[in-house]
Amino acid sequence: MEIFVQQLINGITLGSIYGLIAIGYTMVYGIIGMINFAHGDVFMVGAFLALIAFLALVAIGVTAVPLALFLVLLIAMALTSLYGWTVERLAYRPLRHSFRLAPLISAIGMSIVLQNYVQIAQGARVKPLPPLIQGGYTLIDNDVFIVRLSNVQILVVVTTLALMAVFSWVIARTRLGRDMRACEQDLKMASLVGVDVDRTISLTFVIGAALAAVAGIMTLLYYGVIDFYIGFVAGVKAFTAAVLGGIGSLPGAMLGGLLIGLIETFWSAYFSSEYKDVAAFSILIIVLIFLPTGILGRPEIEKV
Amino acid sequence: MSKLRISSLALGLSLALAGTASAQDVTIGVVGPLTGQYASFGKQLKDGAELAVADLNAKGGVLGKKIKLEIGDDACDPKQARAVAEKMVGAKVPFVAGHFCSSSSIPASDAYLEGNVLQITPASTNPQFTERKMWNTFRVCGRDDQQGGVAGAYLAKNYKDKNIAILHDKSTYGKGLADETKKALNKTGAKEKMYEAYTQGDKDFNALVSKMKAANIDVVYIGGYHTEAGLILRQMRAQGMKAQLISGDALVTNEFWSITGAEGAGVLMTFGPDPRKKPTAKAVVEKFKAKNIDPEGYTLYSYAAVQIWAQAVTKAKTTDPKKVAETVRAGKWDTVLGPLSYDKKGDITAIDYVFYIWKKDGTYSEL
Repeated sequence: MEIFVQQLINGITLGSIYGLIAIGYTMVYGIIGMINFAHGDVFMVGAFLALIAFLALVAIGVTAVPLALFLVLLIAMALTSLYGWTVERLAYRPLRHSFRLAPLISAIGMSIVLQNYVQIAQGARVKPLPPLIQGGYTLIDNDVFIVRLSNVQILVVVTTLALMAVFSWVIARTRLGRDMRACEQDLKMASLVGVDVDRTISLTFVIGAALAAVAGIMTLLYYGVIDFYIGFVAGVKAFTAAVLGGIGSLPGAMLGGLLIGLIETFWSAYFSSEYKDVAAFSILIIVLIFLPTGILGRPEIEKV
Repeated sequence: MSKLRISSLALGLSLALAGTASAQDVTIGVVGPLTGQYASFGKQLKDGAELAVADLNAKGGVLGKKIKLEIGDDACDPKQARAVAEKMVGAKVPFVAGHFCSSSSIPASDAYLEGNVLQITPASTNPQFTERKMWNTFRVCGRDDQQGGVAGAYLAKNYKDKNIAILHDKSTYGKGLADETKKALNKTGAKEKMYEAYTQGDKDFNALVSKMKAANIDVVYIGGYHTEAGLILRQMRAQGMKAQLISGDALVTNEFWSITGAEGAGVLMTFGPDPRKKPTAKAVVEKFKAKNIDPEGYTLYSYAAVQIWAQAVTKAKTTDPKKVAETVRAGKWDTVLGPLSYDKKGDITAIDYVFYIWKKDGTYSEL
């Protein structure tokens, strides 16, 4: 039981990070039907920007952790959004009316560009950050096993939940959200009734990048080590999460992220950590056989 | 996607390798992971070879010719290692000091064999490297059956009735070392409580750590590299697990400490006796210090690899790889690591692994 609780904590934390990245994949797919393969690398860029912001803040004497954290969150989200916007503007918008594979290929190109850019600009070595948030709570302490919930884990999960709430509100209640939903249903029709489609798509990328930046900061705080390559693995996992949850569905992305995190964790815990990726992808395949659109995905309706 | 990346890298490399060396120079190669997560070790290999070549050229080179150094990057990726090796063969280098990861050195050695290139690895410890009856493979470091033997004996002696976990990263080096350690441990009658593998490049080991915590593990032996070992340690401590961590020679880089921070104190690892402390290395160490480089880990091994080749070339009066290889096997060589000689397989005779401990100030020293 104690071990189960501990693994549950581990899995939810990992899943939250996957979920935050997965939202970026699912939103872009929902609106323009394209898989933004550069999104994982935008997440990596976000983590690097956060690290640079941390170091800059320390250099100018901001050492109070909550204040520094808040500032880093703002700086990294703003700058990463700029990256997200630029990627869309440079690599996807010129290809919007091109054949279907063109933006996909330019996405792969963009992914390589971002990765090599960071590798050259920041070096290939791993970049560590000393643990900023230490301590935690002991939830259960019997003689057999001590269940620990660390402050970083609380931060990761609470931030994710808060962002999800804000984000759902934006989609459901604001003008921007309405525009996004309109674009998701029918791009051409939306533009005919006065929705600025280009602006909406740009903002979708911006929001996706901002959430990826938060995931980057959480990775940096939780694991303490980043390198230019983290975007690839995280991107693949988050993309899987988006597909598992039903690509195009926002709650699906979050659910998918949590599921992938929990599957990996519990597989490692009760079977062998050697095959945890095999387990996660096998479950993806099984789910897709029975629910081809993912758990919460809506079946594609042919428009007449 | 990764294929694309590799081919683009290979393309870049082929451009870099094109148009080298004039006819009167001898070009040799050094290959290691200059990018990727083990880049700090690649830098060690590069630093060592660069200084060795500079020092040799200051004394007039070999056979009256200047030496040029061609640097290759394999990123510790077997496919890329093979591609770099083919490039080196294409550039007709007679000798390569490298690679770092055993999983790179072994596939590269096949390309070198076909292309008639002598390969001396400063750092690859997997026994397989020299066990395949190839004329062109040598190493300056020890072997994992020796290293694992030392680690296994230590575990058996100090943790006989404790719960031992052995982890590895599924790589040629990591699994090889973990298996040798397990073998040595089991030979004494002791048995590990847990034997698990993790994935290279992973960041999250919390599930594995919780599992070890539940099994009351007292000591964790890792066959793997410093990035994952550092993260496993960090996550162990974050979960309040106080077990001792022991690992091998892939932790001898200051980067391990930058990952773990103060929590790295007390971690044990096996490595050859500190080369920086050898009297033969004193002058070279000072040169490195003047360049603001700490010649840690395999830096001096890489220097020695180039030295051995140069001395053998001088003795054989040719750079012909096969003749140089015969000469290396037969002779005794004065290196920064002290006098070295080779057995038939291409392993150095007389190797001793010792234990190192990471101290509270972020340095390591012999236990």
